[in-house]
Amino acid sequence: MKKSHWYNYLWIWSVIYFAMGFFHILFAWLGLISFFLPLIFAVGFGNKGFCNRYCDRGQLLRALGSQKGFSRRKDAPGWMKSKAFRYGFLAFFMAMFLHMLYTTYQVYAGTSELRQVVTLFWSIPAPWSFAYTGGAEPWAAQFAFGFYSMMLTSAILGILTMLAYKPRSWCVYCPMGTMTQLICRAKAGPNRKE
Amino acid sequence: MMAIQSKRRAVVDTSLCVACGACMEVCPRGAITVWKGSYSVVDDALCIGCGLCAKECPASVIRVEARP
Ligand code: SF4
Ligand code: SF4
Ligand code: SF4
Repeated sequence: MKKSHWYNYLWIWSVIYFAMGFFHILFAWLGLISFFLPLIFAVGFGNKGFCNRYCDRGQLLRALGSQKGFSRRKDAPGWMKSKAFRYGFLAFFMAMFLHMLYTTYQVYAGTSELRQVVTLFWSIPAPWSFAYTGGAEPWAAQFAFGFYSMMLTSAILGILTMLAYKPRSWCVYCPMGTMTQLICRAKAGPNRKE
Repeated sequence: MMAIQSKRRAVVDTSLCVACGACMEVCPRGAITVWKGSYSVVDDALCIGCGLCAKECPASVIRVEARP
């Protein structure tokens, strides 16, 4: 067994994040950290340092799948690692993200009411009003519900493919991972050694 | 000590590598780096062909093969 590094414990952040959103949805805003950090590594430094070390999601899947042994460790199906699926899933995720921003805008503009639900898999509403008692601008709450929905949905997908395939199978089609790799490849230029 | 080479070594299919770094994390020799966030590269001189990286790779793009 290799010795553990401090960042191997970053999975704790995933647990804290989802727990906090269960008690108060506004904590979902903190998920933006996992959104901007990988982009800072990729755009600023041209590397995947976030994925390679500091991603709480990656560490969570490793801890559960590899270290706790919950993963079947089977090869992922070919389509899952195909460029078509990876880029397609990234496009789908971005579209859903923009839709979420649009919903937030509608609440901000007053053309739509705040919906206190967490939507799983972009279709299944889970009542979540217990985690919101008011106190914030309705649009800020709407964004929190939307962001938490996205984070929870992707975490569930990640855990399912961790169980079925390799521990970090999610990292094969993770939209942040795909996007940061595209940015890094573009920055690295055509002179990569193949 | 370094003069004795292992019979086998890890080879990465860089075209399908997702640059996640799961292989780098488990390599006992620190033989793997993720090159500019694009794909992983194995340092041939350090690799002992143990296959831990291949077992961990979520995209299953590492093969352990005999050295040429
Ligand atoms: S691919 Fe996604 S889940 Fe995996 S380490 Fe990178 S950002 Fe985290
Ligand atoms: S085969 Fe073993 S030593 Fe070689 S790169 Fe993979 S994990 Fe490292
Ligand atoms: S684990 Fe596999 S996909 Fe991830 S960086 Fe290593 S070779 Fe690439």
